[in-house]
Amino acid sequence: MEKFITHIQPPGRFSLGLKELWQYRELFYFFTWRDIKVKYKQTYLGILWAIIQPLGMMFLFTLLFSRALKIDTGSVVYPVFVLSGLILWNLFSAAISHAGDSMIQNAHIIKKIYFPRLIIPGSAVLLALFDFLMGFFIFLVFCFIYRQPQHWYSLPYFIAGILIVLVAGFGAGSFLAALNVKYRDFRYTIPFLLQVLFFSSQVIYPLYSITHTWLIYLLSLNPVNAAIELFRAGLTGAPVDYTITGIGLFSTLVLIVTGIYYFRKTEAYFADIA
Amino acid sequence: MKPAIEIKNLGKEYKLTEALPYLALRDQLALSVKRLFSPVGVKKEKFWALKDINLSIEPGERVGIIGRNGAGKSTLLKIISRITPPTTGEAFIRGRVGSLLEVGTGFHPELTGRENIYLNGSILGLKKAEINRQLDTIIDFSGVEKFIDTPLKHYSSGMQLRLAFSVAAHLEPEILLIDEVLAVGDMEFQKKCLGKMEEVSRKDGRTILFVSHNLKAINDICQKAVMLDKGKILMYDTVEKTTNKYICTIQSGQNIRPLNSDQIKRIHISSINLVNSRRLTQYIFKEDENIGIEFTIRNKDWKRPFTIGIGLNTGLKGRILISNRLSEAISENSSKTVIAWLPAHYLTPNSFSIDISLLDSSNEILDLTTDAISFEIAIANTKFEGIGYDYGIISKDLIWENAD
Repeated sequence: MEKFITHIQPPGRFSLGLKELWQYRELFYFFTWRDIKVKYKQTYLGILWAIIQPLGMMFLFTLLFSRALKIDTGSVVYPVFVLSGLILWNLFSAAISHAGDSMIQNAHIIKKIYFPRLIIPGSAVLLALFDFLMGFFIFLVFCFIYRQPQHWYSLPYFIAGILIVLVAGFGAGSFLAALNVKYRDFRYTIPFLLQVLFFSSQVIYPLYSITHTWLIYLLSLNPVNAAIELFRAGLTGAPVDYTITGIGLFSTLVLIVTGIYYFRKTEAYFADIA
Repeated sequence: MKPAIEIKNLGKEYKLTEALPYLALRDQLALSVKRLFSPVGVKKEKFWALKDINLSIEPGERVGIIGRNGAGKSTLLKIISRITPPTTGEAFIRGRVGSLLEVGTGFHPELTGRENIYLNGSILGLKKAEINRQLDTIIDFSGVEKFIDTPLKHYSSGMQLRLAFSVAAHLEPEILLIDEVLAVGDMEFQKKCLGKMEEVSRKDGRTILFVSHNLKAINDICQKAVMLDKGKILMYDTVEKTTNKYICTIQSGQNIRPLNSDQIKRIHISSINLVNSRRLTQYIFKEDENIGIEFTIRNKDWKRPFTIGIGLNTGLKGRILISNRLSEAISENSSKTVIAWLPAHYLTPNSFSIDISLLDSSNEILDLTTDAISFEIAIANTKFEGIGYDYGIISKDLIWENAD
């Protein structure tokens, strides 16, 4: 019979622990399943809420920025334009805030049972993805209503955009989750952080409407900009701005590497300090 | 065959700052500023919760871990179950580990009983297929089948516990770590769970590591026992020898309880001592001596009468005697010392330990101290000397009557 041998020793070299994550893949599923079930059981509006929230924002922004300020969005009507940005932004912000809070939320389990801790922020991101899929469906409905032409070739662009948001959100979320365990008052900075990131994302305005090139490059450090850039390129068929996407991909890489590195480095002591 | 659990020079050091509820970023910033101005720096206090632990447990062995609070029992279990890493040393665990540091870990009140079985089971390391296969027996065993599709928040605490135990009892790892979980729940169901665990472990030769204050439970389940004290192993031997030694060591000098737990209590037992008829401290008594349990009750702000409960335990047989007495209220911020006498010619040569509790009128616990102090009845110089058979625990003259 195959024997599992576990070697326990003081924390040493850094490793990703992918093999172990794979062994525990079912737990990933169960945590995500639990979060989805609980979330939609607890709110009366349930799934409706995941739809109403981006729609409300869409109407508000359309009223403000399309009618009053007349922002030029090229070949896409403003409601579709802003909705495409909103659903990606919501995915990013939900991933960060769910993941950031996740370790504290599950502290009682962490103190009692061992499993690869990355599963917790990971399944928090998957919960955000579940909400996103409903928003994405509404987005498709609005594309249809406004007769926005759809092509099969836009699909890879959509997927690329979503992937960037997921990876960046997971990286930043894991980082914040670890920080939150160590410094319990850090969580109060997250809403502020998200607000800054929101206004630096091209959700309500297109990046190309900014006249200062240096500012565009600076804003591109926000990975959501690259994601929205790719997503909208799929929508309109317009060429992708490689500088924006390149910078965004770079910061995504930085986020995921530092996020997971910091998380893995501190996770051994979570049970002692959580 | 290699040992199932092999521990070499294991140690765990805690920084005392980590004992704070949590660290705030602002504290950290303030600390950094402080360090900037005082070159010596702020020293962090450290202590070793475990030190130089060497232990080897063969496959199929059932080992109990005993020791006073803070001896490092739970830390050891936490390291073996990988919840927290050691500071020094290493350990090899050969086989699938299931740890039961708390029953019902991860239970969610919004989910139904059935859903919670899946969630809890998978957290405890069961595969989905295994849960599917065992679902019916788990539900059957728990005895809550009627409510299995009702959200857990509608369950009574007893029902939740039964469900949790039921999942736990169906774990099938090769190595099972259990911490104190059997201390809660109703006796009947506990026995059922213990029985089930024993049955499985005997049949499959499962290795069990069992932490408990309940020496009887340890004795029922385990063959060997480890005694920990202040983070070190004092003894590792058969369960009888270790538990007996343990009872003898819970003695003088250790009867003053840590302050922190008492500060918050409204009324508590602040010290315990054992005395003979001349009021002298003594821990080994002869059969014909009265044993005085002298203890002090410290009252902060409890205004009503209360009940003092005394329990007498003997290592391998568990609780053997209880005695309750209603006490009138004592004035606030004062102490009162009382002596409860165990009569002579009553206990036989054995080791005994004493639990004392203070209860309010609805039998809620105000303070409880278990295994607070212990004593022995010596074999020498008693009427039992030289008796080769089992002389039991209590010897009492019976009332005889001529019934011709």
